[in-house]
Amino acid sequence: MRFFSALLLAAAALAAPVAAETVLIRDGRVVTNGAAGTIESGDVLIVDGRISAVGANVSAPRDARIVEANGRFVTPGAFAAMSEIGLSEISGSGAPNDADLDNDDITAAADAGRAFNPSVTAIAVTRMEGVTRAAIAPSSTGAIFGGRGALVTMSGEPDSLFRQSAFMVVELGETGATRIGGSRAALWPAFEAALRDAREYPNRYRSGQGGAILSELDAAALQPFARGQGLFLVHIESAADIRRLIRFKRDNPSLRFAIHGGAEAWQVASELARADIPVIVDPLSNLPDRFERLAARLDNAALLERAGVNVAIAPAPGTVDAHQARLVLQLAGNAVANGMDWDAAFAAVSRAPAEIFGVGSSVGRLERNYQADVVIWDGDPLQVTSAPDAVFIEGVEQPLVSRQTQLRDRYHPSRQAQR
Amino acid sequence: MRSRLHPVVALLAGFALTACATAPETEEEAADERAPFASTYTPRPSTPTLIRGATVLDGNGAEFENADVLMREGRIVAVGPNLSTDGATVVDGVGRFVTPGIIDAHSHLGVYPAPSIPATSDGNELTQPNTAEVWAEHSVWPQDPGFQRAVAGGVTTLHVLPGSGNLFGGRGVTLRPVLGARTVQEMKFPDAPHSLKMACGENPSRVYGTRNSSPATGMGNVAGYRQAFANAQRYARRVQDAEDGNGEPPDRDLEMETLGGVLNGDIILQWHCYRADEMATAIEISREFDFEIAAFHHAVEAYKITDLLVEEGICAAIWADWWGFKLEGYDGIRENIPFVHAGGGCAVVHSDSEVGIQRLNQEAAKALADGRRAGLQITRAEAWTWLSRNPARALQIDDETGTLEPGRRADVVVWSADPLSSYAVAERVYIDGALIYERSQVNDRPSDFELGQSYRESMQ
Repeated sequence: MRFFSALLLAAAALAAPVAAETVLIRDGRVVTNGAAGTIESGDVLIVDGRISAVGANVSAPRDARIVEANGRFVTPGAFAAMSEIGLSEISGSGAPNDADLDNDDITAAADAGRAFNPSVTAIAVTRMEGVTRAAIAPSSTGAIFGGRGALVTMSGEPDSLFRQSAFMVVELGETGATRIGGSRAALWPAFEAALRDAREYPNRYRSGQGGAILSELDAAALQPFARGQGLFLVHIESAADIRRLIRFKRDNPSLRFAIHGGAEAWQVASELARADIPVIVDPLSNLPDRFERLAARLDNAALLERAGVNVAIAPAPGTVDAHQARLVLQLAGNAVANGMDWDAAFAAVSRAPAEIFGVGSSVGRLERNYQADVVIWDGDPLQVTSAPDAVFIEGVEQPLVSRQTQLRDRYHPSRQAQR
Repeated sequence: MRSRLHPVVALLAGFALTACATAPETEEEAADERAPFASTYTPRPSTPTLIRGATVLDGNGAEFENADVLMREGRIVAVGPNLSTDGATVVDGVGRFVTPGIIDAHSHLGVYPAPSIPATSDGNELTQPNTAEVWAEHSVWPQDPGFQRAVAGGVTTLHVLPGSGNLFGGRGVTLRPVLGARTVQEMKFPDAPHSLKMACGENPSRVYGTRNSSPATGMGNVAGYRQAFANAQRYARRVQDAEDGNGEPPDRDLEMETLGGVLNGDIILQWHCYRADEMATAIEISREFDFEIAAFHHAVEAYKITDLLVEEGICAAIWADWWGFKLEGYDGIRENIPFVHAGGGCAVVHSDSEVGIQRLNQEAAKALADGRRAGLQITRAEAWTWLSRNPARALQIDDETGTLEPGRRADVVVWSADPLSSYAVAERVYIDGALIYERSQVNDRPSDFELGQSYRESMQ
C-alpha cells in the first residue's frame, strides 16, 4: 500500500513541478567529486538551484526543507557522455529519428541542439535512474563530420538545452573511411582540407573560389572548431588511428580533441596522457567485432585512468541510443569490476564528461556554486540493484515517475489479481 | 493446461528429427544410425571436485549458506553442509557464491560472430519469408571469439537462433561454449532438441513489405504462418499414408520436415514476439494447428498477458530493460521479468547480444531489484531460476542441466561475490564437471582468430 501512496505523491509532484527551493540534505555519504573527496557523514545545502554548502555540519537556513539521507549515497547526478536522447521518441520502425542523418548535404552544420525535444518519454525514464545531463549528437551523417553536439539536462523543461554547439563529431576511423571513398588514405587529407576551408571562410567562398571539400554552410559551422574554439569529438578505436591523432595534435596544438571509442587506447595510454587527450570509452567493449577494435579489452578504462588519462564512460560509437542513457552507471560499475577505482569510475560518468565538454566548472561536482544536480541513492550508485530515492536537477526535485512506471502500475500483479 | 514438455522426445530428438523422412526399420537400427549433424561433443576431462563452504543458489529457487558442492564424473553428486571430500579436489568457496551455469536461450554467437563484416553476417536467410529448411548450426563459426567471452560471464549453455527477419527463420541449436571446438558438432549439447525460430511483428513485414512481397503487414504475417502449417499438415499426412502402405512418400522437403517436427513435438518452437496481442494471436495459431510454443522471445509485453502464458505453459525470454528502439518495443518496463515470475510464469532472462550474454547475471539483478521496488517478494535464489532452470525448460534440457540437483550435469560457476550485482565476476566455470575457465588465466585459450594478433604481446 505504501508503494501506491508513494505513487500518488509522485503523481501529484508531476502535475505541479516545484520550483527550486532551499533544501538541506543531511547525513549522507557525500561523493563530492572534488577536493573533499567522499565525506562519510556530510550535508549538502541547495539554494536557488545551486550548491550553497557541502560539509560535515552545514547549518540549515530557516526556510530549508530538511531531507535526511541517513547514510545513503548522495552524489552529483550522472552525465551521459554520449546519447541520442531527445532526438527520437522511437528510434526504429520508420518513426521520425533526428539522430539518423544519412545524407551529406548538411554535415558539419548539422546541429543536434536544434533537433532536441525535451518532451520525449525517455527523459523521465532516464532521470529517475539518476542521470541528470547528457551530451547528444546525431549517430551518423553521410560524411566524415557528424555535426554539432549539444548538452542537455533531463529536466524535461523548455530550457533544458544548456550548451548548443558544444562539440563537433568527426569520424576518423573505419566509419570515416567508408564516408570518403572507402579508405583511410583519403580521410586525413579530407579532414585537413575541411579545416582549411573552415579557416578561410568566408573569404574563399565570397571570392567565388568555393571550398575544396566543404559547402559554405558546413565551413561556417566548422570555423570555430577549426580555430581551436571548440572541441572535436573524434570517433576512433584503433591504436594506429589514435597515434595519428596524437601526431596531428602535436602539429596543430591549438586544436582541441577528445576521443570517443578508443577501444585500443590502452596500448597508447601514456602517449594520450602526455598529449592531454581525454577518452570516452565503453567498458563493455571487449570483442574484436571490428578490425579497428581487435585489441578491445575489459580493463581499458582502468588502464587509461591509471596512466593519467581523463576517462569518461559511455556506450561505444555505433551503440549509442536514444533510450538507455540510464545504463551509463552500469557501464561504470563494470569498469570497477574490471579494476577501475570506484571514485574514478563514478567521476567518469559525472565529472569527467562535464570537464571534457567544457562545463566542468559548474557541473559534475558537489561543491559550492555548482549546479545542484544531486541524487540520493538507495544503495551504491554503480550497483545495478540500486536506484535513486530522490533526484534534483538545478535544485528542483524531480518526480520519479515515467510512462514506464505508469504501465507498471496499470499491470501490477496486485491489480491483476483483482481483475 | 496443456503439457509443454516431452521428456521422451527430448532424449530421442536427435533421431526423431530425421525420422519423418527416413523412418528406421527397427529400434536397434535406430540406435546405430547416427542422425545427420548429431552432436560429437565430449566432456573435457574432469577430476572429482568439492567446492567448500560457499553460498549456493541451486537454480531451483533455494539458497544454502556455507554449503559444499560435490561434482564427480561430470555430474552433481550432492549439495549440502560438510560433505566428505572423498579424494576430490577441494576448491575454497568461502565468501564466494556457487550457481548453476547460465543458460542463454537466445544468442546469435557464431552466426553473427566477431568480426562483424558482410562475410560473417550469417544469421538471417532473408531470401524468402519461410526458410524453415535452414539450420543455424550450418552458419555457426566455432572460432567466434564471443564464445570465450560468454564462458567468462558464467555461461555454460546457449541456444543459437537464426535471426528474426523471416516468418520462419530456421532451426536453432543448443550449444556448449567449449573452448577449442573445431566444429559446431563438437559444441552441440547432446540430445538437445532443435528449435524452430519464428518471428512476429515488424521485422518480417518490413523486410518483405519493402520488397513489395508478402508479408507486408501483420495480417500477411499470420496468413504466412497458417498457410505454411496447413501445408505441413498435408505433407505429414502423405508421409504417414506412405508408411501405412498407401501411395508413394512425397519428395523430401527440408522445410516441411522442420514444420512437421513442430507439429509432432520433436522440434520446439521459439517465437520472437514483442506485443501482447501478437503473442495471443500466436497462441491461437498454435491451437488451430495443435502444436506447442516453448517460449516467446523478447516478449516485451509479456507482463500484460502473464495469465495467458501461464495457462499455456509458455516461457517468456526477456531483456531486463530494453525498450523504445522499435514501436513494438515501446511498452517495455523494467518489471517485465519479475511480473511474469510473480504471476507464476516461466520467466527467462535472455541476451540476444554478444555483449549482454557476458553479464546476464547483472540483467537478472536489475530485474530482481526492480521487482522488489515494485513491492514483490522475490529471493535472489528465485531470481537465479530465470538464468538456469527456466531457460533449460524452454530448451527442453531441464532433465540434464539448469539446477544443482544430484544427477544433473555439473555445469557450475563459482562467483567472487553475490552474482546478483555489478561487481561479481565468474572465477571458475565448470561444464560437465570440467574446469573450462579460470579468471586468473584470462583468455588463455583465445580463438584461432585472435591468436598471433600483435596486441597480444603487449597484454602482459
